[in-house]
Amino acid sequence: MTAIPISWFLTLSAILFVLGVAGFLFRRNIITLFMSIELMLNAVNLSFVTFSYHNKDVGGHLFTFFVMVVAAAEAAVGLAIILTIFKNRSTLNIDDVNTMKD
Amino acid sequence: MPITPDVILFVVFGLIAVLAAINVVVQTHPISSAISLVAVMGSLAMLYLLLGAEFIAAAQVIVYAGAVMVLFVFVIMLLNAGTEVRKGRSFMVQLLGVPLLVALLGLTAYFVQRIYPARETVHFGGFTGGSPQDIGHALFTTYLLPFEVTSALILIAIIGAVVLARKEID
Repeated sequence: MTAIPISWFLTLSAILFVLGVAGFLFRRNIITLFMSIELMLNAVNLSFVTFSYHNKDVGGHLFTFFVMVVAAAEAAVGLAIILTIFKNRSTLNIDDVNTMKD
Repeated sequence: MPITPDVILFVVFGLIAVLAAINVVVQTHPISSAISLVAVMGSLAMLYLLLGAEFIAAAQVIVYAGAVMVLFVFVIMLLNAGTEVRKGRSFMVQLLGVPLLVALLGLTAYFVQRIYPARETVHFGGFTGGSPQDIGHALFTTYLLPFEVTSALILIAIIGAVVLARKEID
């Protein structure tokens, strides 16, 4: 084997995305849920860069760049929301924050 | 046929990424998940370099592994987050969760293999359009409007974070 097929990169991206979905579904800690979202965003970024390589176009890199910006903004606001929830409820377990469900 | 360094790099860092991603999901303490996520992001930066995305690789290390994850670790420490309490999940999640995720992965992998045949390969240096100069040129010509909108988004995010996390003054 002298070179990697482009599908391997996309399959790796799919594996990372599914692991992110698994973390989002099975974990209960709100911070870990956030980290699972970051994992999914990273997986999609890998797809974008791979497509950029495939098309020999820089557009995919720009999309990755914008995803990074949105992820950074999301992390700042999301963690502030987590701080507020913890201040009001003294819990990080999402099963205890189900006012809208009841 | 000799094994090229490209293949070794992909296999090593791809394996690190997958194992660390599994670790993110299975660790019960948030700080262990956070450190594993840094490992995922670092190995992804390596794969970006392999794909010819130098600027994105640097931004990945600086923005993601640096800034975002430091914010996460900071909040985990600030809230003194401990090991999470395992509660019984609902019956549907226990029964269907893993099979559906495996089905999603299988379908995605199948279609990827069908759409992108094996003869299309990646080798280092195959795409050189990812330098900061090319990125900057595209950013200020084709993608100028999204770039400007981004600045407004960041401003809103800063104000939002300050308003949400501020201490109430009585």
